[in-house]
Amino acid sequence: MNDFLIQIHNKTYPDKQHPERAHQAIYNLEFNVAQHEFVCLVGPSGCGKTTLLNIIAGLDTQFDGQIVLPGTKPAKIGYVFQNPRLLPWHTVRENIELACHEGIDARILDDLLETMQLTRVQQSYPEHLSLGMSRRVAIIRAFAINPDILLMDEPFVSLDAPTARQVRQLLMQLWRQRPHTVLFVTHDLREAIALADRIIFLSNPPMHVVRDIPIPLSAKQRLQESPIEQFRQTLLSQYPDIARLL
Amino acid sequence: MKSFFTRARMLSLISTGVFFLSWQGLAMWLNSPVLPDVIHVAQVLWQAIISGELPHHLGITLMRLGLSFSIAMLLGCAFGIALGRNQALNAFFDQWLVIFLNIPALVTIILCYVWFGLVETAAITAVVINKLPNVIVTIREGTRALDKDLLEMAQSFRFSKLKTLRHVIWPQLHPYVMAATRSGIALIWKIILVVELLGRSDGMGYQLHIFFQLFDVASILAYTIAFVAVIQLIELLLLKPLDRKALRWRR
Repeated sequence: MNDFLIQIHNKTYPDKQHPERAHQAIYNLEFNVAQHEFVCLVGPSGCGKTTLLNIIAGLDTQFDGQIVLPGTKPAKIGYVFQNPRLLPWHTVRENIELACHEGIDARILDDLLETMQLTRVQQSYPEHLSLGMSRRVAIIRAFAINPDILLMDEPFVSLDAPTARQVRQLLMQLWRQRPHTVLFVTHDLREAIALADRIIFLSNPPMHVVRDIPIPLSAKQRLQESPIEQFRQTLLSQYPDIARLL
Repeated sequence: MKSFFTRARMLSLISTGVFFLSWQGLAMWLNSPVLPDVIHVAQVLWQAIISGELPHHLGITLMRLGLSFSIAMLLGCAFGIALGRNQALNAFFDQWLVIFLNIPALVTIILCYVWFGLVETAAITAVVINKLPNVIVTIREGTRALDKDLLEMAQSFRFSKLKTLRHVIWPQLHPYVMAATRSGIALIWKIILVVELLGRSDGMGYQLHIFFQLFDVASILAYTIAFVAVIQLIELLLLKPLDRKALRWRR
């Protein structure tokens, strides 16, 4: 009942050089997301994952289909972009507060900052932060508005492996404290297995759903390398077609 | 860093000193009423200040400057943002801008006086019309250069129009607004004097006109010094602190 429905019949881009030819980005893409479910979208780079998130966020309205988001109208959407997109002239704390239009309880914000280990830099300006820190601020900003759905577009890309692992664990900690419906885009299958309740594999353009696979690992197993790697091997041998989507 | 500033300050002090010394030297060498020496000009300046004449006329000119500057900046920012955000609007008004940018200041001033009479409104209107196209063009460029990523962020987080303007657009326009302000003050000063010379019976321009007729070079120079000093004060007390406040977030 409280499912999110994403149904895109058709999404085309005009080809700038040849206006008569249109580039078809998405065709007959459809899936549901249950409330508080963590879904990873995995697909080759350039397949249109960011386009899909932009459509869900309401940034792109030129498509044929429907996005049904239950909850408040208009739905509150927390978006973690590939680049943190913080306002450089506002401090970390102000950046988060600005996104919360009804204001945010100072204690909740303190708590969020602490979970993400940012208490120390809350009065700093974004230009003084490392990329990993800025990403964490962007994640808090998206959580702080208490969104109906959280969209995350490869938020750990171009972080070095240890930093990425740390931010991923902090994200999981935050998500367990405050469960939200999450759509998480990545092209890293290990990362997807570590995070998701369900992985949706997407094709090259015109993009559609290729596989929709639940991940039955426990929270404890997700913290270790070997169960993740084992599951990945099983997945690849069971569904050889997904290997070319990575 | 600190020693660099004091060094720069020293250099600018020395350079000001050299300027006045050369003026004094030249005046003593020429020994002619067309170039009075520094001390004489300083005496005239002091007299003009304590007689209340200079503060009166300077005040009136400053009032006109403030008024026409504020109107031009307000309208210019509004139109500039609108044109920068809307391509159709820009395509329509672009030609108007080109025309207004190229009308000589003197023509607008004369036309305003002919159409509205020799009144204050005509004077202010003439200055605004002269300055407005410059502000619009500068702010339009700034608006075109806005960071689309941040605008998308504001849109996806459902920022209201006002919030987007205040927290996302305005800080990005700040350097452009400061540029328009600096060039604006410099331009308006000069135009206001011509406006006053042609059609007002007070203000610096009017006074300079009188001094010209009386061939009173010392008074002309005294008023000019007062002029430059006031502009420097505006820069130092108003614009520089604004710059510092707005750029404190930079690395």
